[in-house]
Amino acid sequence: MTALLSVKGVTVRFGGVTALEDAGFDLQPGELLGLLGPNGAGKTTMMRSITGVVTPQAGEVTLEGHPITRLPTHQRVRRGLGLSQQIVRPFRSMSVVDNVTLAAGHAKTASPLTALGRRLRSAERERALELLLQVGISEVAESEPSSLPLGMLKRLEVARALALDPKLLLLDEPLAGLNHLEAGRLADTIVALNESGLSIILIEHNLSEVLRICQRLVVLDNGRNLAAGEPRAVMDDPAVQAAYLGSGAKPDEERADA
Amino acid sequence: MAYEITLLTAMGISVIFALSLNLITGFCGQISLGHAAFYGIGAYCAAMITKSGLPFPLALAAGTLLAGVIGTVVGIASLRVRHDFLAITTMGVGFLFLGIVRQQDFLGGEMGLSGIPGSGLSKAGFMLLVLVIAAAAAAFSLYLKRSWMGYVFDSIADDEDTARMLGIDVSRYKLSAFAMGTALAGLAGGLYAHNIRFIDPDSFGFVESITVLAMVVVGGIGSVWGVVLAAAVLSVLPLWLQFISDYKLLLYGALLFCVMRFSSNGLAGMVTALAKRAGGRP
Repeated sequence: MTALLSVKGVTVRFGGVTALEDAGFDLQPGELLGLLGPNGAGKTTMMRSITGVVTPQAGEVTLEGHPITRLPTHQRVRRGLGLSQQIVRPFRSMSVVDNVTLAAGHAKTASPLTALGRRLRSAERERALELLLQVGISEVAESEPSSLPLGMLKRLEVARALALDPKLLLLDEPLAGLNHLEAGRLADTIVALNESGLSIILIEHNLSEVLRICQRLVVLDNGRNLAAGEPRAVMDDPAVQAAYLGSGAKPDEERADA
Repeated sequence: MAYEITLLTAMGISVIFALSLNLITGFCGQISLGHAAFYGIGAYCAAMITKSGLPFPLALAAGTLLAGVIGTVVGIASLRVRHDFLAITTMGVGFLFLGIVRQQDFLGGEMGLSGIPGSGLSKAGFMLLVLVIAAAAAAFSLYLKRSWMGYVFDSIADDEDTARMLGIDVSRYKLSAFAMGTALAGLAGGLYAHNIRFIDPDSFGFVESITVLAMVVVGGIGSVWGVVLAAAVLSVLPLWLQFISDYKLLLYGALLFCVMRFSSNGLAGMVTALAKRAGGRP
């Protein structure tokens, strides 16, 4: 079986700083994969290499076997990537439903000429309303994004990404900034999406939710692959624990202090 | 009657010119402080063509095309700059145009081009032509605003990085706006040259760029009716009242300041706000 997304040997340097070195992983169709790592591990740089915001100095990213490493972001999106960003960025001049409708009209916005020749929005709007219902914010469809709490805007990001009919959904810290209840609910929504057949990569700091919902984990540390595999096994790995707790936190020293 | 015809013709040309900038700045959110350069390119190109004995319609078409082509090239060169930097870049383009035209003897240099042939139409006929084109430009703008292209322009004006994340080829859309807007400015320029029948570099200077920006901003960025109204009023005021003509820059500067400070959506924004308030009452 070919991987849906394959990242191989990706190296990204910003000046003298190496953000990623020879990092990579594969994603099989239908998977819900958690991408983990302590702060500064290179998760967001990995995400940006996949989305095309950052071009790696070495390595290759392929989607369904086609290399996309040199493509600009909008073309990667057209090949099936749906992105929900860490910092919510709704179009603030549009209502919630209009934000999603624009994404749902991706076939009509492919080229300026096609876009100029089309006016009807009803089908896309209907689809947008369905998606808002699916992520649980249909009651604020006509609201201005500026008046909504973060939890709803995070859901708007997800709905907008889904409206692109992606083959692969990339979620960059969708739970960050949400309270326990909201995070649990959005995590449940993510599971439901995955069960409906969508492949998802989840970058997340909220370990308890990641362990609860992801089928497989990839852990990065200092820009390198640290571990990969089934969630419990990965978290039991001493190297992963050291990366998360810091190498200074050795049990011996604590005993000595006491 | 002749006076009214002159006024209406000047007004119509200003409306076309303002609508052309509205496509770029109003719809697509890309500021331009050098739009008069494309007005000038259309005017000079059309004037040179009728002066060489070729027909007026061909001159208008050529002026439109040349302004659109140069506008696209400038657009490609400025794709990577945004906001304040785009303002400075486009201002530079405006000065570059003036600098080049002033040095070219075949374009009349500082003295400009005089003795431009007439359009072949009567005064009233020319006015009708101008008004029909202005109405067509307004109708096209209204259509565009409601099309998917207008929808995409809204998103680019709002946040172009996010637009990319939705699969939108931001560069191509921006270039489309530049091409359409500068071509329409070129058309307005060709009409202007054959209305006044004399052009010089000063007719397309920085003051003209600011004047047309004032029309778009005062009317309400992106609002077709607001821009048409503002362009109509702001273009005839200096013709009507001599003292306004003397203090034109001062008036436009003050208007720009007041709109930005008190009603950043211009006249259209004020009307919407008033309508909301009136509708909100029991």
